[in-house]
Amino acid sequence: MERQIKAVALISGGLDSMLAVRVMQEQGIHVEGINFFTGFCVEGHTHAIRKRDQKKPKRNNALWVAEMLGIKLHIIDIVDEYKDVLLHPKHGYGANMNPCLDCKIFMVKKALEWMEKNGFDFIITGEVVGQRPMSQRSDTMPVVANQSGAMDRLVRPLCGRNLPATLPEREGWIRREGLYDFSGRSRKPQMALARQYGFTDWASPAGGCCFLTDEAYSHKLVDLWQSRSSRDYDLDDILLLKVGRHVRPAPHFKLIVGREEGENNFLEGYRKEFIHLRCESHLGPLVLIDGDPNVEEMRLAAAIAARYSQGRMADSVEVSVHYRDGREERLTVAPLDPTQMPPEWML
Amino acid sequence: MSETLDARRLLCPLPVIRTQDKVVTLSPGARLTVIATDPGVLNDIPAWCRINGHRVLATRQEGREIEIDIEVGGDES
Repeated sequence: MERQIKAVALISGGLDSMLAVRVMQEQGIHVEGINFFTGFCVEGHTHAIRKRDQKKPKRNNALWVAEMLGIKLHIIDIVDEYKDVLLHPKHGYGANMNPCLDCKIFMVKKALEWMEKNGFDFIITGEVVGQRPMSQRSDTMPVVANQSGAMDRLVRPLCGRNLPATLPEREGWIRREGLYDFSGRSRKPQMALARQYGFTDWASPAGGCCFLTDEAYSHKLVDLWQSRSSRDYDLDDILLLKVGRHVRPAPHFKLIVGREEGENNFLEGYRKEFIHLRCESHLGPLVLIDGDPNVEEMRLAAAIAARYSQGRMADSVEVSVHYRDGREERLTVAPLDPTQMPPEWML
Repeated sequence: MSETLDARRLLCPLPVIRTQDKVVTLSPGARLTVIATDPGVLNDIPAWCRINGHRVLATRQEGREIEIDIEVGGDES
């Protein structure tokens, strides 16, 4: 009996990887998906945290894609290993703190390890030549194949006809004429192929799934490193950067202000690890303080918390300060006038 | 035998990842109860079970806590 050829596909949850898998399934390849969790993924977290998003369907797009395709999906936690990719990208960053080329090399390398461990034959990605400014260019796509170690076992079904033949093509496992020759940033060929396959629903195509490509998020991340004089982070750090307003009145402390009930509930989970403020005389947000303000600065922090409470127009607001050692004190402050908050405080 | 996985305070996809990592250590037919607080698990864990050949036996929600009972299928890889 002929051996079943098996491929592992990088599944982002977007349209391109979905199509790439289907193209290979059409050629009789058994495909399983792999999805990496870096901690910077846009999916899930913010929807889970923000109350106003809680009415939207909470679907993990990678799982949804796998179900649509009828393939297994293996989700891999790479939060710790990913630090080295983000902190020391050999190929540098994109427009923000996104190390896209190093990221793709790393993910293909991890997929290769998985492939070898599980007896699979090759790797699939939904990459398209010229689609992304950093990791999907004609000069960088060979870099991904080479530096990941996948070499000619990396197949890009959507643009394979624009690239040199891979091992699966040479071995006759897949037919080159069954691959596509997409290139450039246009999404029209993908949309047409999606219609051909009968796909009517997919997540926002081509990227947008990583917070590191977001300017505001990258700014907060760099601020975090600068305030600690150390380019390091843990999962809680990067989750907290996704939540609330971040206000830094001084280099040695910042406030994380819940913007609505869902965020306040999420921040509650961190109240034992941070000094936190609550407005007692009026409804207001939970405010975490990252750092150690002095007495005078604590009054400023309370005035900022009051500014975001329903007492913002009141003459004074009572704010409770809860220290990490369990002490509590009450401050009565005038809410800070927005004109007294320089724009550079807002991260 | 039934085991319990505490995935409270974890945000998706972490409860799914922890479930996946636990299920790999269990035998077909074993039962696992996942306790979580992210409502995303109500979609994600059943979806993960369907595509990987496991069965959701029951789902309970009380306040912010969600419990999902899973029976491990015979084809975990």
